[in-house]
Amino acid sequence: MEARLMHLALVGTPNSGKTALFNALTGSRQKVANYPGVTVERKEGSFVTPHGRQVSLVDLPGTYSLRGRSPDEEITRDIVLGRTRGEAVPDLVLCVADSTNLRLTIRLLLELKNTGRPIALVLNMFDIATRRGVTVDVPRLSEALGVPVVTSIAVRKGGTADLLHLTDQILSGTRPVSGENRWRPLTVAELRATQREADRIIAATVGLPTQPDTWTARIDAVVLHPVGGLAILLLILFVMFQAVFAWTQPLMELLSSAFDGLGQLVHDLLPAGLLQSFLQNGVISGVGTVIVFLPQIIIVFLFILLLEDFGYMARAAFLMDRIMGGAGLHGRAFIPLLSSFACAIPGIMATRVIDNRRDRLTTILIAPLMTCSARIPVYTLIISAFIPEREVWGWINLRGLVMFGLYAAGIASALGLSFLVKFFMWRDYQPAPFMLELPDYKMPRVHSVAIGILNRAKMFLKRAGTTIFAMMVLIWFLASFPQPPAGAQDPAINYSLAAIIGKAVAPLLAPVGFNWQIAVALIPGMAAREVAVAALGTVYAIEGGKEAAAQIGQVLATKWSIATALSLLVWYIFAPQCASTLAVIRRETGSWKWMALTFVYMLVLAYSASLATYNIALALGAG
Amino acid sequence: MRLGLARRGYSGVIQRLSTKGAGSALPDAELESRLIELGFVEGAKVEILHEGIVSRDPIAVRVDNVTIAVRRREAMAVIVA
Repeated sequence: MEARLMHLALVGTPNSGKTALFNALTGSRQKVANYPGVTVERKEGSFVTPHGRQVSLVDLPGTYSLRGRSPDEEITRDIVLGRTRGEAVPDLVLCVADSTNLRLTIRLLLELKNTGRPIALVLNMFDIATRRGVTVDVPRLSEALGVPVVTSIAVRKGGTADLLHLTDQILSGTRPVSGENRWRPLTVAELRATQREADRIIAATVGLPTQPDTWTARIDAVVLHPVGGLAILLLILFVMFQAVFAWTQPLMELLSSAFDGLGQLVHDLLPAGLLQSFLQNGVISGVGTVIVFLPQIIIVFLFILLLEDFGYMARAAFLMDRIMGGAGLHGRAFIPLLSSFACAIPGIMATRVIDNRRDRLTTILIAPLMTCSARIPVYTLIISAFIPEREVWGWINLRGLVMFGLYAAGIASALGLSFLVKFFMWRDYQPAPFMLELPDYKMPRVHSVAIGILNRAKMFLKRAGTTIFAMMVLIWFLASFPQPPAGAQDPAINYSLAAIIGKAVAPLLAPVGFNWQIAVALIPGMAAREVAVAALGTVYAIEGGKEAAAQIGQVLATKWSIATALSLLVWYIFAPQCASTLAVIRRETGSWKWMALTFVYMLVLAYSASLATYNIALALGAG
Repeated sequence: MRLGLARRGYSGVIQRLSTKGAGSALPDAELESRLIELGFVEGAKVEILHEGIVSRDPIAVRVDNVTIAVRRREAMAVIVA
């Protein structure tokens, strides 16, 4: 008999420990990608059974039924039914159940049986169930359901031995035969009947304890308290914000100086010329801009995965549901939006915690409006050059007040936009009702969290990395070609395509008060917003690194009017110039359309807000 | 009475589901299916464990041995006694 690669699929309700089981079976042999054309994550891994059989395993999105009420659930249904083009029809479907909570999974399994696929039931988290006093008569349950049943403890070494053994048994000798597919969507009456049947089987084969999990009840008494719970949520978010913002700073600076150093090394080793400039300013600084985000991405996902595995994420959504709901956002949008204050890239990647596609897209769309840390250097430069250092109303620092105002404007516009999106774009969409299970608390496992972080980091570097890198090279090209003529006096960038484009669009930007120098600086600023500061220095021919910032400020103060400065500040609240963010939006939504939409709406907002600011400032005599 | 009107600490048994006039944005059959899928079936024991801060909404309901978070609007479809 030829050893064919066998295909297994994991199906289960959310919180059944499916992902923990997937991690236990496949370890680091995982590939995470998206299903073509949808924002649903596709997780595939492989393992070898004790009999040496090669098995490919897919972890299908969690679902309570095969009705397919969301894109995720449609994927699960279509793969189980063998309808997805390019996806193998599973040879065996493993239906994963949380052993402490069998009702919903047994009903799902009864529905799965109609598909005719070979099925086995995996009673996962069997150790927790036993400790709580759940007793399962496994042979009788298997007989009553008509499918093989096996127990497993995904988080313990060797806890999947029985499952591996059963897989070998099922896959060997008599090849699993697919029966006839009799599945069709269940009517409400059939659904109810199926649940009754499931409850009857459970009553006959499972002994349930009378006590609920006391730990979960105790923690929830504090964590879900209407006032105390919100305070705890804010505390957690505060620590997370601190971590992303402050703890990653030394590492990010280290990475950034390492790349600067590497660039300098290339600069010193190679003769001046195109190759030197390409390697230093194109390749090395391009790769550097990608890698520098990595510490933030790792920290954001460390928090998210820990909170998710612990069971807190569903509680955070419960606490925030009505508060976020006022702006048309889902409770789960809170953490991605908060992460976006550090950087929109991890924030947008974190929107994966939102199941509903519509809610997720709204969150992705508004995330770049949260004031990210890359805007801070631009804000600081302009504020310190133009806003006088003085107190207003006796005790408020004017510069601090302006900074706060810029943050507040970002938040307010994000909420307003979300409201508009809900009102205009998706008015006839069914809002996702807030209905979700609050799972019992579980200790997060280092192994599982580590695999999750590794997958995210790989995905970011590989997928976003290629696009971001390509954009960096393009921006370098624009800023370097054509080369200045021999004996040129002005900085090289003034002869480049970037300058030609900058001068060409300058008339368009004149109404908002930008001169051609600003227009030119905005182009390399696409690489990362803070690069605009250095670019301004370049166009005004100021040499020097970070120390030059104060000097740039002095020059700007003499060359720009206050109206221009204010207009540029306001521009940066909305500015779409961040190639990396756009690349990640393209990646996460799987479509150019959403990327283009984000770019256009931000550009329109930036332009109109700057236009208003400039003209109001002029009218008030700040020209 | 409707579960959506009950206060924290209430416990009872589900009598039936009645989606008519519950006020959910979902079509009746869809709401009923979702409720059943989360374990809201006749005879299940329910207890309201927690309430949200804004208008005491949403609620966390113990349904037999699972805890489900749901908005009051959807819980209106669950008739308890």
